[in-house]
Amino acid sequence: MELDPLLLSRIQFAANISFHILFPTITIALGWVLLFFKLRYNATGDSAWMRAYFFWVKVFALSFALGVVSGITMSFQFGTNWPGFMEVVGNIAGPLLAYEVLTAFFLEAVFLGIMLFGFRRVSNRVHTFATVAVAVGTTLSAFWILALNSWMHTPAGFEMRDGQAFATDWLAILFNPSFPYRLSHMLIASGLTAAFLIAGLSALRFLVGDRSEAMWKALRTGVFLGAVLIPVQIFVGDLHGLNTLEHQPAKVAAMEANWETRSNVPLVLFAWPDEEARENRFEIAIPNGASLILKHHAEGVVPGLNDFIGEHPPVAPVFWSFRVMVGMGMLMLALSWTGAFFLWRRGTLPKPLFFAFAGMAFSGWIATLAGWYTTEIGRQPWLVQGVLMTHDAVADLPGSHVAFTVFGYILLYIILLVIYLGVLTYLALKAAKDGDSSPLPEVEDRPMSQPVQPAE
Amino acid sequence: MTIDWQFLMPLIFAGLMGTAILIYVILDGFDLGIGILFAAADKTEKDRMIASIGPFWDANETWLVLAVGLLLVAFPIAHGIILTALYLPVFMLLIGLILRGVAFEFRAKVPVHRKGRWDLIFFSGSLMAALAQGFMLGLYVLGLDFGLAAFGFAALVAVCLTASYAAMGAAWLIYKTEGDLQKKAVRFLRHALAFTAVGMVAISAATPFASPRIFEKWFAWPEIAVLAPLPVITALMFLWLWRLTFKLPTPDDRHALTPFLVLAAIFALGFAGLAYSFYPYVVPERMTIWEAAAAPESLAIILVGTAFVLPVIIFYSFYAYRVFGGKAHDLRYD
Repeated sequence: MELDPLLLSRIQFAANISFHILFPTITIALGWVLLFFKLRYNATGDSAWMRAYFFWVKVFALSFALGVVSGITMSFQFGTNWPGFMEVVGNIAGPLLAYEVLTAFFLEAVFLGIMLFGFRRVSNRVHTFATVAVAVGTTLSAFWILALNSWMHTPAGFEMRDGQAFATDWLAILFNPSFPYRLSHMLIASGLTAAFLIAGLSALRFLVGDRSEAMWKALRTGVFLGAVLIPVQIFVGDLHGLNTLEHQPAKVAAMEANWETRSNVPLVLFAWPDEEARENRFEIAIPNGASLILKHHAEGVVPGLNDFIGEHPPVAPVFWSFRVMVGMGMLMLALSWTGAFFLWRRGTLPKPLFFAFAGMAFSGWIATLAGWYTTEIGRQPWLVQGVLMTHDAVADLPGSHVAFTVFGYILLYIILLVIYLGVLTYLALKAAKDGDSSPLPEVEDRPMSQPVQPAE
Repeated sequence: MTIDWQFLMPLIFAGLMGTAILIYVILDGFDLGIGILFAAADKTEKDRMIASIGPFWDANETWLVLAVGLLLVAFPIAHGIILTALYLPVFMLLIGLILRGVAFEFRAKVPVHRKGRWDLIFFSGSLMAALAQGFMLGLYVLGLDFGLAAFGFAALVAVCLTASYAAMGAAWLIYKTEGDLQKKAVRFLRHALAFTAVGMVAISAATPFASPRIFEKWFAWPEIAVLAPLPVITALMFLWLWRLTFKLPTPDDRHALTPFLVLAAIFALGFAGLAYSFYPYVVPERMTIWEAAAAPESLAIILVGTAFVLPVIIFYSFYAYRVFGGKAHDLRYD
């Protein structure tokens, strides 16, 4: 078999960015949850909040480190595998990436040290401020990188000269048509991922016998946060879909597996989209469903894939990723609302729900990845919609070299992922065993006067 | 060439990128070095060594992201050429950085009996990253030539850069620790210094012969008179530092930070020499900073942000170093 550097580079980038996004998806929202714990502690003086903080800050540190190292890899990949990207749109992408490094990366990396290890070294106020700085940093990072990603889907505010993009209007570049939707969709996705992770690990702690106040506080935070965010996410997701329909109709056609442009398009629940025959096999569909969702009336005309022959994305992966994401969202809705109801009325959960939450601890990852596959595969064959084709940006590398590195990265990522999951479980079980027995933090609001505890 | 933005902008960004690389090499140099010195440390020493870099390493590595980021945004074409040419060493560097980054977290969070495994991975990752950086530096110095001689030279530079990182790590330990570990660090420093010197001499000797243009820049009159102090001062600093290692640690812990500062100065001088040799090329002998630069209006946008943000970054970085100043103690979350 010929080793195709284009295909291999795409697999490598997909593996890299899929692995990377898992961790920011947790840390973006977890930073704010930690701030919430900290502020509750400051307001109530209840040390259970601080214990919840100390447990989750470890998860944060671990996730953050994995996010950083896989992020560094990303920044090199642009040059090693996709030099065409910066050659054509470097004038746009460059400043956005530079601002991400300058305003976000340093802020979070520097204050992370104080947030993690500074509790006994700085005043409580400074420690709270460090928590704010890290949360702001992770969110700012999402802001810049999603501005760039959105621009790749819906480019605006530039002109092409001699095959290179030049910026003409930076506000239009930054606030390009899909940016507000994509940013909100991703930030809420992060909130949901963190919410279900917190609820899930807390449920696991309950199941092995932990009844500490810190566990309850975290569990309630996770369940209620999930219950509040999921309807908002469904609403924002719908708006995002309508925006995609306007700007990238071929992607929506693939998401719905709709081949002909027509009215009364059914909502396909299950099908095997066959690109050879250009039709769906084994289709199960709700009449008029897609027209209702996308055009909000049954006669609405929905674009079909046959209008974009040769220029539409591969149908099956987009169709299926989209369904996985939506299905996961529905499960999250059902579980978090049921859980919230029981916590509200009875103050606890029935035992099966603890199992359900523990089982759904990483549901946010699945939904987020599926969502990203939908939108990113849905942009193919373009790298920058209408501006740069993916195959024009790839580096001229020997296929064997890329095959070697793809293999190396994927192997490493799988190992790291398994270990990460193992360590999170271990941390949860260990915290459950320790329960409320850990000493209370005593904090004074005077710099450098915190009592330093002896090492374990 | 006239003095306008078209001319100035790439120059400014080359300067910024150089500064970021230098800061990276010094800062991540000491924490990579500590990873390398793990090979010769026992269990308790390892915990103390980690504690001396724990709050800093993330931010230190961010300077690499900034340096590569500046190459990416300011000289996009060069970024592509250099990184494609160095494809496999870059891969080794990244794998190394990933391994040491995660080992840092995992060693503190896994069950105690697995800690040794992560210490080993921390060492291997640090070693791999340092070797890869040195290897790339060697190839770059010889103009990204891939002959057998170039590989041999690159391998030599790889070993020496690794040793110089170990020297930085040892110097940092002298500053951050006390007692036996500090004494041990002094010995480490002395051994690593020898390799560092060999590496600098090798690069200094090889660079002029990599191209006649660089030879001309160093040995023509009157340049040679102006430039001669550079190697002389470097050599004197080496000698002075070498002698200092026989006096350290002093009873009142004076000069604890001196070796680190002197080494940083040596790095800076060496870096200045390299920068002088390669200027105005960003891809050696192939592409100047002006040929590779992005559009001046895009660079201007970045420059405005940098002018405001960089001082703030430097300010809060200093603050963080001050918060965790003094001798290292055990790291605790609570």
